[in-house]
Amino acid sequence: MTTSERIRQILRDHGRLAADAGTLGEDSDLYQAGLTSHASVTLMLALEDAFEIEFPERMLRRRTFESVAAIRDAVAELTSSPGLKAVS
Amino acid sequence: MRAPRLIVGTDLAKVADVAAAIERHGERYVTRIFTPSEIAYCREAPHLEAERFAARFAAKEAAAKVLRPDGAWPDWRSIEIRRQPGGWCDIVLHGIAAERAEAAGVVSMSVSMSHDGEYAIAVVTAELNEHFGGTT
Repeated sequence: MTTSERIRQILRDHGRLAADAGTLGEDSDLYQAGLTSHASVTLMLALEDAFEIEFPERMLRRRTFESVAAIRDAVAELTSSPGLKAVS
Repeated sequence: MRAPRLIVGTDLAKVADVAAAIERHGERYVTRIFTPSEIAYCREAPHLEAERFAARFAAKEAAAKVLRPDGAWPDWRSIEIRRQPGGWCDIVLHGIAAERAEAAGVVSMSVSMSHDGEYAIAVVTAELNEHFGGTT
């Protein structure tokens, strides 16, 4: 499963979107698709669990979670920075 | 001539979503969003825990809208809802939220929350000083 596919699965489970996450374009606006502020929080926590990362404060911005592509870029940045990975 | 100006923000939270987040993410969710005093108050009445957390989440979001964070989310714990002995609640800002409020010219904030069944709602107002208010 690719990173984008995993993100879409997490969006299905946690995003509470009005649209099917599988049909959204990579750059489709998730807020326009129904992502609420509270769902953004649970989405963030689910992404942290799935990818064993922790979003630092500088990335807690609306645009970090605005599209599948934006989330994929953020995950890629955090998984390539060992110092930012969560230690289990 | 410039005059003080009032800004208002509101947010609606679904109690079931908050309950599900607590169920799924447990303490990580709770401690990421809420301060120790908020957690203590919400857990005083276990049958109302999700409703109280939902109302406080709505209040934090409403306050964030008032502070107009330009796309950044202030640390949710930097916006604290503090219940007063008389039963009403105040907003206490810390850290980044306090800095943002000062930069925006906020001199006072008020909050009102309510929950009933499936939903919790909050309204927050902020009064700006004369340098940041609108023209008369």
